[in-house]
Amino acid sequence: MSATLVTVSYLGAPILFILSLGGLSNPESSRRGNLYGMIGMVIAVLATVLGPNVTASGYTWIIVAMLVGATIGLYAARTIKMTQMPELVALMHSLVGLAAVLVGFANYIDPAASAHFKGVEKTIHELEIYIGVLIGAVTFSGSVIAFGKLSAKISGKPMLLPARHWINLAGLVAVLWFGWKFIEAHSISDGMLPLVVMTVIALLFGIHMVMAIGGADMPVVISMLNSYSGWAAAATGFMLSNDLLIVTGALVGSSGAILSYIMCRAMNRHFLAVIAGGFGTESGASAGAGGGKGNEPAGEVFPITAVETAELLRHSKNVIIVPGYGMAVAQAQHAVYEITKFLREKGVNVRFGIHPVAGRMPGHMNVLLAEARVPYDIVMEMDEINADFPDTDVAMVVGANDIVNPAAQDDPTSPIAGMPVLEVWKGKTSIVMKRSMASGYAGVDNPLFYKENNRMLFGDAKKMLDEVLVALKS
Amino acid sequence: MPQIIGVPRETAAGERRVATVPEVVEKLIKLGFKVAVESGAGEAANFSDDAYRAAGAEIVGDAGRLWAMSDIVFKVRGPSTDEVGLMREGGALVSFIWPAQNPELMQQLAAKKATVLAMDSVPRISRAQKLDALSSMANIAGYRAVIEAAHHFGRFFTGQVTAAGKVPPAKVFIIGAGVAGLAAIGAASGLGAIVRANDTRPEVADQVKSLGGEFVGVEYQEEGTGVGGYAKLMSEGFQKAQRETFARQAKEVDIIITTALIPGKPAPKLITAEMVRSMNPGSVIVDLAAEQGGNCELTEPGKVAVKHAVTIIGYTDLPSRLARQSSTLYATNLLRLTEELCKAKDGVINVNMGDEVIRGTTVVKEGNITWPPPAPKLSAAPAVPAVAKPAVPAPAKAHGHGAAGAPASARAAAIFFLVAALAFWFIGTHAPPAFLAHFTVFVLGCFVGYMVIWNVTPALHTPLMSVTNAISSIIAIGALVQVAPPVAEVADRPVGWIVGLAVVSIALVAINMFGGFAVTQRMLQMFRK
Repeated sequence: MSATLVTVSYLGAPILFILSLGGLSNPESSRRGNLYGMIGMVIAVLATVLGPNVTASGYTWIIVAMLVGATIGLYAARTIKMTQMPELVALMHSLVGLAAVLVGFANYIDPAASAHFKGVEKTIHELEIYIGVLIGAVTFSGSVIAFGKLSAKISGKPMLLPARHWINLAGLVAVLWFGWKFIEAHSISDGMLPLVVMTVIALLFGIHMVMAIGGADMPVVISMLNSYSGWAAAATGFMLSNDLLIVTGALVGSSGAILSYIMCRAMNRHFLAVIAGGFGTESGASAGAGGGKGNEPAGEVFPITAVETAELLRHSKNVIIVPGYGMAVAQAQHAVYEITKFLREKGVNVRFGIHPVAGRMPGHMNVLLAEARVPYDIVMEMDEINADFPDTDVAMVVGANDIVNPAAQDDPTSPIAGMPVLEVWKGKTSIVMKRSMASGYAGVDNPLFYKENNRMLFGDAKKMLDEVLVALKS
Repeated sequence: MPQIIGVPRETAAGERRVATVPEVVEKLIKLGFKVAVESGAGEAANFSDDAYRAAGAEIVGDAGRLWAMSDIVFKVRGPSTDEVGLMREGGALVSFIWPAQNPELMQQLAAKKATVLAMDSVPRISRAQKLDALSSMANIAGYRAVIEAAHHFGRFFTGQVTAAGKVPPAKVFIIGAGVAGLAAIGAASGLGAIVRANDTRPEVADQVKSLGGEFVGVEYQEEGTGVGGYAKLMSEGFQKAQRETFARQAKEVDIIITTALIPGKPAPKLITAEMVRSMNPGSVIVDLAAEQGGNCELTEPGKVAVKHAVTIIGYTDLPSRLARQSSTLYATNLLRLTEELCKAKDGVINVNMGDEVIRGTTVVKEGNITWPPPAPKLSAAPAVPAVAKPAVPAPAKAHGHGAAGAPASARAAAIFFLVAALAFWFIGTHAPPAFLAHFTVFVLGCFVGYMVIWNVTPALHTPLMSVTNAISSIIAIGALVQVAPPVAEVADRPVGWIVGLAVVSIALVAINMFGGFAVTQRMLQMFRK
């Protein structure tokens, strides 16, 4: 394949990638979008392998490596449970990060790769290697920790080292200093030490950064790591002077950055505050010390049984279900769908209200509901459905807490004040399914539970929903 | 030894309610009590003796015997002098008492060494709501008020366009949006009327709206929330402004329902004779405060009067007119109280004066008058500053995503562009041309990504992440070109290392590439209508 043909292929692939992302604007066009993405990837890989930069001697290696990876990847994609999607995505980000590190090192130790660079160009090239490895390493270790947190192999609680901001600052200074050393180095063996030291610092930084972030901030972290994996690809593209990598990396990088921004806005928090970590602990302490007992909502909670819930649902015209991470934990999405199906057949208008940060990654709830075969046209975004709560007979909250907390609107001293929430309490009745009265992730007590029109359905979400379904059908 | 709960027939003229219903009798028996019901007690509320017997109650023919055998007597209305005479020395009584209005009754009960729990004195705190009989009765009164008004009003409530001409909807004005007022708002808007409501407590405006009413405020700044969620007496200036509002409404509406009560005071006179005269002929006023003197100057308590061609309904027994419903709710309130009194479920009541709810409800304890109780704790509603703010700023609401955010302020934009221009100038003057070409591609790529991603629907954010993740395996290209580049063998080229690193990278990225696209496809297949 000639060099020009490769260039044309490299132009076609990113166009297909852009079409692929554009297709996601609508579930109808999304499947075709994914197909575009695959075609783009096939074109890019084939053009590279058959192009002038790969000689036939490497084909065996490439095919073997590809086959091994493809087998593992396809197996994981088949067997993964939809509730585990956040973990899978985190793990995959780590692979991109690790690959960026390895490619960076391989490029650096290859004298042929940098032989034709002179002067400023050489400096820039080395800088590109350095930055590529740096971002790749942070992405790798951060994603591994995120995976551990999401799969509950590591505690979801933020781990806060004393003076953690100073540790991070020291790390940054060290990275800058070793970067200067790296560029100053005259031979590859001289430059190896700064590069390795920096990689270790970057790995530690990635671990530290994600360790300090709590479970409910995971949507932000996942999107951020998504963004990083894109920037890592872009940096590798600069290093290899490959425009295809640069464009694709930029696409992915900006995609992740926008998602992080959307998630932060949905929690009314600044990106830096999330990254700095430790949400809940600090604000909770200050509220406890400053506000005292006076701010705690008091009153009685009204429990309700599954049978009474079924009775309420049966006599409703409009029902809105608000799922949260608890639904994913209890694997209750199928029971939710069964109830939805039954009620819709009876003519009850059942819809879903999804908060942008419900779950552990952006859009997590949508995927779970889609898996349970809930039609997507009754799954609404928060802004679409919030105005409809006053006309709703029953608002059912399944395993969510902070995203339906009225304190976010009413109580300016609340740690979650200003966060947009689903206004379930405006419904005629709200039912909260919860295992106990424990407060949500943010450690904030929820005045919703004490509202007069709120009922608590205590118990495991799946078990209780099954009971509700039995009661409905009887 | 289980205690006996006695339920006598109500003796007050026109009273149709009864203090327990068969359904509740069963539950009382489950708490360990025995229940005795006077023969015919539930007749007026359509509960037969047989129904009580079937629920496990003993039917007693004679009132005297019932009073004598009962350890606890459940009643609706406070006992008459005769009934107090029948009462057992040291017995317990649960009923409406109105201790402030009936000091003599209190003395008589005290003389009997009785323990008396007054259902009108249940403290207004959230925990006690389930036994708040005043609220359940007020709810019924509000509903019934609308029904009575509809009965006396000569037109439809709902507007209609018929072959015989257009019917305008009735306009209903409700004064006081307490429990009764809110029930009336719900009932009237359910019938299709245009409902307006006024209350001195501005925080109820949302509740009014939630039931389909329109809140008519008084143009005067004063906070009207008193202790325990009740309204308080307002200042002279406020009352003047209020009268003007009401006078204006009286001219416009067809039906006025007044529910304004201030605890322990005569009902405020809100509707003057002048206002009644200004109303359209055929209009109806329902005065729910008739028992406390009425909110309308022309109300005749207990009667329906027609004054200036306006029907003024002053019934004081509206809950009793819906006897079956009100008996059921009242009986449930009593059951909840009994549960509080008998936590051990052993059929013996324990009047625990340490409990805030029971302390407030108990007006006589073993012959000692314990009314009034100590002041209740703070109002449940959060303390609001004395002067209401003219306009509360709406809580800052985040933009809907799916669309780009609000444009940044001009200054921020200017600073951003300045910084960007400086950065570009720096790069332009220092970077070599090859780098610049890549840089151009990079910046344009970022912009394209920005524009495309904002169009992604939030429902597909998870597939977006997995597909971008799959696409980022384009980094494989970097590894592919290192496996076997067309370069001459150089002596110091560590081929083994390079190929090793590259092959591992390819394998890792291939996991991502195949897995990412496959799982995205699997997810997208699930999204269906």
